[in-house]
Amino acid sequence: MKKIAIIDYSMCNLDSVSRAVDRCGGTPSITSEASGIRNADGIILPGVGAFAEAMTELESRDLIKPIKTQVLERHVPFLGICLGMQLMATKGYEGGVTSGLDLIRGEVVRLVPDSPQTRIPHVGWNEIIKIKASPLFQDVPDKANFYFVHSYHFKCDNEYIITTTQYCGGFVSTVGHENCFGVQFHPEKSLKTGLLLLRNFINIC
Amino acid sequence: MLKVRVIPTLLYKNFGLVKGERFNSWRRVGTALQSVNVYSIREVDELVFLDITATEEKRQPDFEIIDDLTDECFMPFTAGGGIRNIEDIHGLLRVGADKVAINSAAVVSPGLIRDAARRFGAQCVIVSIDFKKYRDDGYEVFINSGKTATGLTPLELAKEAEELGAGEILLTSIDRDGTMSGYELDCIRQVSEAISIPVIASGGAGCPQHFYEAITIGKASAVAAASVFHFTELTPLDVKHYLHQHDIPVRLPDTEPK
Repeated sequence: MKKIAIIDYSMCNLDSVSRAVDRCGGTPSITSEASGIRNADGIILPGVGAFAEAMTELESRDLIKPIKTQVLERHVPFLGICLGMQLMATKGYEGGVTSGLDLIRGEVVRLVPDSPQTRIPHVGWNEIIKIKASPLFQDVPDKANFYFVHSYHFKCDNEYIITTTQYCGGFVSTVGHENCFGVQFHPEKSLKTGLLLLRNFINIC
Repeated sequence: MLKVRVIPTLLYKNFGLVKGERFNSWRRVGTALQSVNVYSIREVDELVFLDITATEEKRQPDFEIIDDLTDECFMPFTAGGGIRNIEDIHGLLRVGADKVAINSAAVVSPGLIRDAARRFGAQCVIVSIDFKKYRDDGYEVFINSGKTATGLTPLELAKEAEELGAGEILLTSIDRDGTMSGYELDCIRQVSEAISIPVIASGGAGCPQHFYEAITIGKASAVAAASVFHFTELTPLDVKHYLHQHDIPVRLPDTEPK
């Protein structure tokens, strides 16, 4: 069984993610220590919360360097979920300008309403539009619905875009580069479709 | 396209689920876990669970129960009742809640909304507003399970909550609660039009048309209901089929992978 480290930096819906990984056939291991990250087959960075606070929490636990080493040098598969995806960026603009993990070049900026009826945060079920094939979306149909809840989004070069979603003029809902993946939605809260995606991730690990 | 959410609300009181009328005469409707499991199997969009006597009894949220309930819950789960400080919120998120609903504390200590939004993000902070119609010309917010008048209007509280960083408003009519006579559309519309965060309409749904009205007339982003799902044959999926037939975007299971 694949051991999946779920990083605990006190900003997460940890149990939801852990249960979903368990259901998908992985062995979840909640950890807030570098050693826990080093001996895992895959790493999930979950998260709800604010960008700046989250980076401070990761820093105070000395987790930034171990994450980068495992992901960028040892090529361990990595999945960022929601805030965890946003933290993969070079920098974020929530609560001032903050440096991110810089796993995928990009910036995290606030959603801008494209009509007076558009509400922020973007909350609810919305469709993903597949832009590029990815093992993460194997057997997931185009336009499948996932659960979103966020006010910021990841802006990056086209080469890293796996899916987009229509809201506020469209935003990047999945990023990917080599062994690094980030999803803006919550697969652990997206019923069968979400569990299928997590199973795909565990299979990559 | 973003879908309109149809949300069953579970009201919890003394180890069981209850459903009352106008926030009174609570009737038991089976155990909480069974209900959560049924809604999980039915793959509803989202669940809201409110521990309605926690604040009154000066209890903390029951973290163990939330932990048990979310075990088999792979959809979004909001927990409310008894939340007084940031530790309560952290505890609920930690055991598996995705969002929290703050009701009495939003009036008593509004700073909690700001602190929670800053710490955990606006998206997980729902401010739950219970209101009654006040004479003919207005509405008033009540807290402590509808027992204490506040002198605030739902509009004032909703605007303040938005400014402090709340991510959503759950707006419940006490007069309509459990009556299945339709949502309090005027108030829902007033609030929805005045703020730019999503509003979840609650209190009074009795048939699919009521949900439709909350969205089209009330301008709500999501619709919540309890009695109609407990006491009638109607399911959240039936409601979604009706909405779909009337051109409201909803998530239907036939679009999901097998």
